[in-house]
Amino acid sequence: MSLRTPLGRVLGKGSAGDGVGHWWVQRVTAVALLPLTAWFAISLLGKQLQSYEAMRGWLAQPWVAVFAALLVVTIAWHSKLGVQVVVEDYVHGKGNKTALLLFSTFVHVVAAAAGLFAILRLSLS
Amino acid sequence: MNQRPLSPYLGVYKFMYTMSLSIMHRITGLAAAVGFLALVWWLMALATGPDAYARAMQRLGTPLAKLLLIGFTFSFAYHFCNGTRHLVWDTGRGLERAQARRSGAAVIVAALLFTALTVWLGCRAMAVSP
Repeated sequence: MSLRTPLGRVLGKGSAGDGVGHWWVQRVTAVALLPLTAWFAISLLGKQLQSYEAMRGWLAQPWVAVFAALLVVTIAWHSKLGVQVVVEDYVHGKGNKTALLLFSTFVHVVAAAAGLFAILRLSLS
Repeated sequence: MNQRPLSPYLGVYKFMYTMSLSIMHRITGLAAAVGFLALVWWLMALATGPDAYARAMQRLGTPLAKLLLIGFTFSFAYHFCNGTRHLVWDTGRGLERAQARRSGAAVIVAALLFTALTVWLGCRAMAVSP
């Protein structure tokens, strides 16, 4: 006899309350980051990094801007999930844990917003 | 109270080098997260204008910053390669002990090679001697 309620069984979210969503999104963002980061790293290696004009000209191109924006959002998301796991595993005490998780979430959201804003400004102005 | 059995934790297992590869995945992940903040800072400098970008590149040229950049590069390369290893494991392949050891060694070699290549090309791109 199962002690789980029919609703709990249908929702499939387990005792932690969020099912396999975290694990799955971590994998989806990981797969997306393979081509995105490889493209970005290889592109940067061939550029004249000291030249403002060259870097701006590169990032202002429409497709480059689109994929750079996707890169920033996907890294922020993947990183937020990863840091969350590390904090949950090693930081003890409800107060400390919650405070650090909040801090990490805010930092990641600010970083994603700033990265997106920078890319939009470079490509639209 | 103290005599109660404990659930198995790190201390009860014989040390294997694949264990250090595993903890390295977390450490390099955290380092890559800091590297991401540096990338955003660099993007913001670029979006601010030529003067801000020149100042940012000057800061990136200091010895401490170069050391950090090499660390971020290795962390990213390791996390990329070992992350691919984890994704292959997720499909149920490569989990035998000998296979896992071989792929672990491959990850280390690939990450070091990428770091060396990036440092060499990066030094050329930044027009400073290695």
